[in-house]
Amino acid sequence: MTQPNQEKQQLKDKHTQLQNSRRHIIKDLIWFSLIATFFKALLIPAYHSTDFEVHRNWLALTHTLPLSQWYIDETSPWTLDYPPFFAYFERFLSLFASLVDPAITDLYNGLNYKAPSVIIFQRLSVMASDTVLVYSIYMLTKNMELRKRFMIWVLVVWSPGLLIVDHVHFQYNGFLLGILLLSLGSLQKGNDLTGGFIFAVLLCFKHLFAVAGPVYFVYLFRHYCRGGILRGFGKLVTMGTVVVGVFMMAYGPFAYYGQMKQVLQRMFPFGRGLCHAYWAPNFWVFYIISDKVLAFVFTKLGFHILPPTASFTGGLVGDSSPFAILPMITPSVTFALVLLAISPCLVKAWRNPDPKMIVRQVAYAYTCGFLFGWHVHEKASLHFLIPLAIVSTESNEDARHYFILSIVSVYSLFPLLYEAQEYPIKVVLLLLHVALMWFGFSSQFTDSKNGGGVSRWIEKIYLVGILGVETTHNGGAFEDALDDMDGVCEECSMERELRR
Amino acid sequence: MVQLLSVVLLYLQIGRRGQTHPKMKLSSTVMKIDEGEIIEEHVSALKGDDGNKDLTGDVTGWDCKAEQRTREESERLRLQELPVLTGATRINNTCFIPGPLPSIVVDSNEMKKSRVTKAVKVEVNNKNARWWLTNTGISAPFFCVSLFAILVRMGVSLHPYSGAGDPPKYGDFEAQRHWMEITTNLPVNEWYQNTTKNDLSYWGLDYPPLTAYQSYVHGLVLKFFHPESVLLYTSRGHESYFGKLLMRWTVLTSDILIFFPAILWLIVVFADQSKGDKRNIAWHVAMIVVNPCLILIDHGHFQYNCISLGLTVGAVAAVLSDKDLVSSFLFSLALNHKQMSAYYAPAFFSYLLGKCLKRRNTLLEVSKLGMIVIGTFALVWWPYLHSRVAVLEVLSRLAPFERGLYEDYVANFWCTTSVLIKWKRLFTTQSLKLFCLFMTVCSCLPSMILQIRAPSTRTFLYGLLNSSLSFYLFSFQVHEKSILLPLLPASILAMEEPFVFQWFTQFALLSMFPLLCRDKLLLPYIALYGIFILIYYAPNGKPDTPKARFWSRMTLFFVGFLLFLSFVLHIVYLTINPPKKYPFLFEAIIMLLCFSQFVFVAVYTNWKQWFLSMKPGIGREKKQV
Repeated sequence: MTQPNQEKQQLKDKHTQLQNSRRHIIKDLIWFSLIATFFKALLIPAYHSTDFEVHRNWLALTHTLPLSQWYIDETSPWTLDYPPFFAYFERFLSLFASLVDPAITDLYNGLNYKAPSVIIFQRLSVMASDTVLVYSIYMLTKNMELRKRFMIWVLVVWSPGLLIVDHVHFQYNGFLLGILLLSLGSLQKGNDLTGGFIFAVLLCFKHLFAVAGPVYFVYLFRHYCRGGILRGFGKLVTMGTVVVGVFMMAYGPFAYYGQMKQVLQRMFPFGRGLCHAYWAPNFWVFYIISDKVLAFVFTKLGFHILPPTASFTGGLVGDSSPFAILPMITPSVTFALVLLAISPCLVKAWRNPDPKMIVRQVAYAYTCGFLFGWHVHEKASLHFLIPLAIVSTESNEDARHYFILSIVSVYSLFPLLYEAQEYPIKVVLLLLHVALMWFGFSSQFTDSKNGGGVSRWIEKIYLVGILGVETTHNGGAFEDALDDMDGVCEECSMERELRR
Repeated sequence: MVQLLSVVLLYLQIGRRGQTHPKMKLSSTVMKIDEGEIIEEHVSALKGDDGNKDLTGDVTGWDCKAEQRTREESERLRLQELPVLTGATRINNTCFIPGPLPSIVVDSNEMKKSRVTKAVKVEVNNKNARWWLTNTGISAPFFCVSLFAILVRMGVSLHPYSGAGDPPKYGDFEAQRHWMEITTNLPVNEWYQNTTKNDLSYWGLDYPPLTAYQSYVHGLVLKFFHPESVLLYTSRGHESYFGKLLMRWTVLTSDILIFFPAILWLIVVFADQSKGDKRNIAWHVAMIVVNPCLILIDHGHFQYNCISLGLTVGAVAAVLSDKDLVSSFLFSLALNHKQMSAYYAPAFFSYLLGKCLKRRNTLLEVSKLGMIVIGTFALVWWPYLHSRVAVLEVLSRLAPFERGLYEDYVANFWCTTSVLIKWKRLFTTQSLKLFCLFMTVCSCLPSMILQIRAPSTRTFLYGLLNSSLSFYLFSFQVHEKSILLPLLPASILAMEEPFVFQWFTQFALLSMFPLLCRDKLLLPYIALYGIFILIYYAPNGKPDTPKARFWSRMTLFFVGFLLFLSFVLHIVYLTINPPKKYPFLFEAIIMLLCFSQFVFVAVYTNWKQWFLSMKPGIGREKKQV
């Protein structure tokens, strides 16, 4: 007689316990994110790059002009070059901006507007949009063991990379990466349709995330569209409809005005050159340096070498190549190389579409895009750094890779903040990050044989090398060499990552 | 050697016992972790000892080594000595645990084996999870929290300082820069003299010589990197990007080089005395080093309080670890950096005197301390000791009685009561000085007497708080910023009195709110207020306060009401213009509110000190040499 009651009681207890722990998780996560938010608030008067004015101009542009003019306007040199959803997002923000200070959204008189109102408004908008990231992290970690959960929060919510790029340099990466993590979270849970939908939305926010498109495609094709030809085809059609629907929502209005070509030209400015003004530590740096070295050697050997007429950052001007010896690189070459680099991962996803591996695979795809892509920004390293944080707590090996990778990536972001004022901030940010990772990971993996040793000796030497370069470099002489090393190292560690 | 061996073996056994009895471990996780540390430590200690290499290499092989002792014997020994030994090791326990951290994953495996309810499991996991931030040695939490605190300081230093872009007098930033200009360009004996080159009416040096030396050193740094910022005459009101940055960095480095090491020492001493209970260390360190008032004044408003407060913290740590001579040396230095450190003098004086009185050779002890103090002073004042005039010149600069009874709207007794009694009009400065002296001495006398009668380290901290608070409340020429001095001992006491500390901090912040608003530091004020409250309520951070549960509804209502009032005052101060007839109405209200709370804190801590020293067994157990 009493047994059902007892069972009921037990169930109820379990339920309340679950509820309680949920509440605890939310409370703790809010604590983590609020600490970060207040610290970000302290950084409001810090240096901000031209991206700040870019985004202000977009606010003004989307506020003043009708939709049909968004991708045509050239009042400011900082024209709109993000996909439509981001433009809609700016339009949404501009509603508040014009309430705060009408000068912010003034397209003509607001150029290079630097009043405290615009600085505080834009900085706060980044902080507010970070809630998407926090929510995605909550969805990803709510069922995890507490220790892992805390570690992931430390890595993502207190990420020095995001702090540097979003809250000092100024961009909206936290919010976009939040969308990516939401999508990955749905895939991990097996909600493939939602995952695909969210990824499509993300692509309409920022097209640079499209590098992981092939991985998504193969994975969804093999994992979602299963169960016989007919059923699989039905699912394929469903997914296709959803994705096409999202793209229709985004690009529909512009297609209606017949501006698709213009929009695409804006979004893919291949005239911008192989490398960004600040060199991202990727393969092309290595390529350029070997070209220089070869040119030097050949000249010494007596060959007549014509000096290149174009610069690496200047883009494709006619037929002139920026290289003296090595063959010229065109966007299609980089495209092919990226695909080639991703292909092992695609094969794996095709053979065994495993929800547990999808985060790694997507991160790997972004790494390939980073290493071989055309006109890559160093900020793009966040695209794989943040997703990898989710899997970094799974094993000692992962933790070790993540440890070194994140140090190197954050260090490669250093040139973004080149002013003296922010110098100690970026250094201490990295130091704190290293300390938290070191103590966090080593307390987590003390059971393994090399007890607490997060990095191997060769990695240690490499890290000490960074220290040496940082202390000796004055100017850019050493940085190029370092960037090179960064690229190579990342390549290695990512390859190891994939092999697992 | 054999003894050492047997002791080590015993520890190993304790550890094994701990591992093989899951029930015992469940009862207290902390205990378990302590034992883990003990084993780890002794194993690592032995690793350094060549003679015992083979023993430590294989922990399980210890039986053959201990053949001489029979099992019964060891069993008996273990039963007898276990509590004693664990106690002893805890006391001897050094606090740094470098290198590999003790493993606790073994425990969670064990948990799986043993049939425990999920709830217990979750709780244990919780403790495991946070232990790296809260339960390890000191270095990890201290390092992380300090780095965070340094980051916060850097964040605050991005904001404006007092008197930024406000000629002709500017503010404290210009004062400090001007001192660097004076000290690097003039000979030592002219620093405090009004000469043609040194116009004392423009931010003349009015701190003791150690501040002057500090300015000299920092001035040299500035001169090396950016000479224009400390040129004589021409650099007045110098506000270049690089000059400002260098000035900010001098505060930052002073903080890192003096304040943080002092805190580290203090924490090490604390952990030693609290018998290895290191659970709340991260929280405690955070409470001390992320003190919003100190950060806002030093890195926002611009001052070097971190130096004198750091020296004081060092002196406190020395007192706690029984190094009285070191303590008097450090405190003399603090006094020589800022004369305001005299707020603590009664506490140091009475504690050290009381301790000397307990010893056999009172006179010798006292004269030893006296020699140290006089020696330190002589050292610091050396350039001015050649003539009486020079000393008097400096002294006259240090006591700015002409500046009046109080400045602005400071939440002390004189300023608050001046709403009713116009002290400044009714009495001369001379008589006011006497009043102040009398009131200050009276208010800190009870605390001093308690210390002299029964000096103890525990009541010493309360004594520091009491004497500095009574100086703040009753002494002559008090500034809003002086609240930093009572806040320091309060933050050291945060473990014992978490609620009082946070209450005190909140109202100290409120009392400085008008000042910080004038400095345009509203944004960092909000951010630091938020960070402080968040850290106070950190998950698993704060030591449990069982009392809070038994608060009556009345108290809760009162606390809530005051917080609400403080919030409303913030808003009102920012948004509403005061009536023309009373332009300082809101300042006065803020002052009244803060004063009432400071008095409450002072009464409570005085009572607490009395209560603690009346407790039998405390304060009277000091050894009779």
